[in-house]
Amino acid sequence: MASVRQNTAQDENTVRDEPAGRPARTRLISGPGMLLVWLYGVMVVGAVSRSVYQIATGFDRAPLAYSLSALAGVVYGFITYTLVRGGERARRAALVCCAAELVGVLTVGTWTLVEPSAFPDATVWSDYGMGYIFIPVLLPLSALYWLRASRTRQPDAS
Amino acid sequence: MLDALTLVTGVAALLLALWCGWAAFRDQPTKDWHFIGMAVVLLLALVQLVIGVVALARGDKPDQGTTIFVAYLLGAFACIPAAGFMSLAERTRWGSVTAAAGGIVLAVLEVRLYDIWGG
Repeated sequence: MASVRQNTAQDENTVRDEPAGRPARTRLISGPGMLLVWLYGVMVVGAVSRSVYQIATGFDRAPLAYSLSALAGVVYGFITYTLVRGGERARRAALVCCAAELVGVLTVGTWTLVEPSAFPDATVWSDYGMGYIFIPVLLPLSALYWLRASRTRQPDAS
Repeated sequence: MLDALTLVTGVAALLLALWCGWAAFRDQPTKDWHFIGMAVVLLLALVQLVIGVVALARGDKPDQGTTIFVAYLLGAFACIPAAGFMSLAERTRWGSVTAAAGGIVLAVLEVRLYDIWGG
């Protein structure tokens, strides 16, 4: 047990030191970043497969809702890619997209509550993502926090 | 049969999530025993996939459509290995958190599968 714990501490150190050793890219998937990639990956699969199925089988029923789900899927996909890729430019792109995602969730969430008749069927972002245990609204907040922390952690990476 | 398996897999996924969450709480990465636990849950998901496909082949119809049912079966099967590999790549407590999140996602998928099948 003791030796395992020691290894853990060492691993953490190497993970933290690694990006400083390499010149170019800030590593965005170490530590909490890995959890973010997992959750974003799940949302990509969820949003994309759902909107593909809905658009393929009955686009006319709720075109606005299905298009918004597809858009959400694309945004999630791009953020996942930037997180995995790493680097300062990717980090900035991810920041912008997460902010856009947050605006999208809040807008669509409010929209579905104020004007339910515009949405005959639910989107990924309906009711602030309640159908996805509020992950859609919590995820951009934690991602924004993490991406900002990544800059202060590795200031020389830019 | 399928409903019972869905329940068992969902509960097992939640237990796995608790176990990995406990490891994260103690600031530890996932270890061999956690991966054996993941293998058990993965096996349950595999059995569920096979039995689900057999049920479809025998002519049973899920309430909410065959395509969605199969998609969720595949998603449930892929969930734990994906989270497991990510926790292998991240040998800190955050790998354990990721594995725990994988268990929770699988549990949610099982609830959805139950609804889709119409149990």
